[in-house]
Amino acid sequence: MDATSPASPPVAAPGCLRRYATVYAGLWRNSIVREMGFKTNFVLWIVVELLWFALQLCFVAVIYQHTERIATWSKWEVVLLMGASQFIQQVFTALFFTNCSNLSELVRTGRLDFLLLLPVNTRFVISLRHVDLGAFVNAASAVAVMVHAAGRLGLRPGVVELAAFAALCAAGVLIHYSLMFLLATVSFWTVRAQSIIWGYHNLFNVARLPDAAFRPGMFKATFTFVLPMLLVANVPVKLLADKLDAGWEVLLLLGMTAVCFAVSEWGWRRSVRHYTSASS
Amino acid sequence: MSKYWHVIGIGIQNTLVYRVNFLFRACFGLIPLMATIYLWRAVFRSNPDQASVAGYTLAAMTSYYLVATLVDMLTAVAEDDWQIAADIKDGNISQFLLKPMDYLTYRLCLFAAGRIIYTSVALAPVAVLLLVQREFLLLPADGLTAAVFAVSVVLTALLQFFVSYTMALLAFWVLEVSTFIFILFAFEYLAGGHLFPLDILPPPLLAALNFTPFPYQLYFPVSVYLGRVTGAELWQGLVIQAGWVIAGYALARWVWSRGIRRYSAVGG
Repeated sequence: MDATSPASPPVAAPGCLRRYATVYAGLWRNSIVREMGFKTNFVLWIVVELLWFALQLCFVAVIYQHTERIATWSKWEVVLLMGASQFIQQVFTALFFTNCSNLSELVRTGRLDFLLLLPVNTRFVISLRHVDLGAFVNAASAVAVMVHAAGRLGLRPGVVELAAFAALCAAGVLIHYSLMFLLATVSFWTVRAQSIIWGYHNLFNVARLPDAAFRPGMFKATFTFVLPMLLVANVPVKLLADKLDAGWEVLLLLGMTAVCFAVSEWGWRRSVRHYTSASS
Repeated sequence: MSKYWHVIGIGIQNTLVYRVNFLFRACFGLIPLMATIYLWRAVFRSNPDQASVAGYTLAAMTSYYLVATLVDMLTAVAEDDWQIAADIKDGNISQFLLKPMDYLTYRLCLFAAGRIIYTSVALAPVAVLLLVQREFLLLPADGLTAAVFAVSVVLTALLQFFVSYTMALLAFWVLEVSTFIFILFAFEYLAGGHLFPLDILPPPLLAALNFTPFPYQLYFPVSVYLGRVTGAELWQGLVIQAGWVIAGYALARWVWSRGIRRYSAVGG
């Protein structure tokens, strides 16, 4: 089977766009039906995520008992950052996370064959198949924390600022998605999915820390220019809190988003070309 | 009991399959650790006029996280709880009810085997980190401290195992145990001292936490290592920790005997 062809249907024409919108609406409906089948579990997972978010906020509260600032960051600025990071992470989880972590399972069982044969872009259907609705609830709680923190800081962002903030958050979501998708395709055959999920969760831990805490060096360079975790949440929050040193940080975030997406697309195409079905 | 030595041997062979996975995990796990250490360093830099923050010098704080990583590597339950829950759900424990083999001891052997393999794989990346951070790594004050630390680490491992084992046995009653495991893990993460050393909390809160088993799942051995508990407090802590281990064992046995009464072999 020529595995490269399914990746190529063009997504340009408006009719095509409408078709994809219809498909995506169908995927949403499916996800809602599936989630409502396990209501208790649905609620419990929201509780788990809320608990972990509360833990992070506890950490901030405890640290700021012993210091006034961390580098240039005050307490409520860091809370705002934690909220933004959680928001981006949860939107990413809602749309992409399960799908990315399922990829190696699709490869292992050979079920990818079926998806490759569908008359839609394969990456589209693999990336967006499941929608995790509980994560939207958690994203909402993150917004509540952000609103509270912004109030404490006396921030009064206008419509333009909020729109820019939302756009930068979207860029952050795209970065998470591109990196995790890349990670999932690279380990197509070698590492089990559990390790990928676990591995990526460690990166979220970096994303919620203020960038100014890190001195220039290997660590900071890696997490700015290779795995841009220190940009994902920091740049939007700095925009909102008027902490941007210069406009180039925004450009860097947008540039890194484009680079990450391009690299993940390249990795995906390579992997699919090497795909040989498992069983069927 | 030679049969349990065989179990350890088989466990080692089985977990060796996952050595690449383990290395992957160990390396990725160092990222948040480094981030936390750098964050604390920034806190110390932001208060240049103070030699210590919350009773910790920079070296002591860094050492806390490094030693905690070491203890975690030696004692953390990795996949055991999921496997136990799956064994119950899939009916695999039926065979243990027939064989002259005790399921708890069997799982304990597999846990030990898993830790041996994980530690030997993770030792390389952790050793590199310790080497990089060596100027901030404190050593135990004397031989006695080191010895008590070692004993306490073993007790921590047993406590971790019994707690996870008991949680996994919830699979006798509910279909999906993972949420419960994650909720407990969240509490352990905070109250066990993974996130920060517990004695930087307000004293009443610390006193309250000391009535729970959580501090003995990580915080206690690390503070023994750092010499933050000494004298009578040290021995008292060790006795309490041993007490929690015995309580954990008793609870595990009791829950098992209750669960097995409800158990109806599905599949098997």
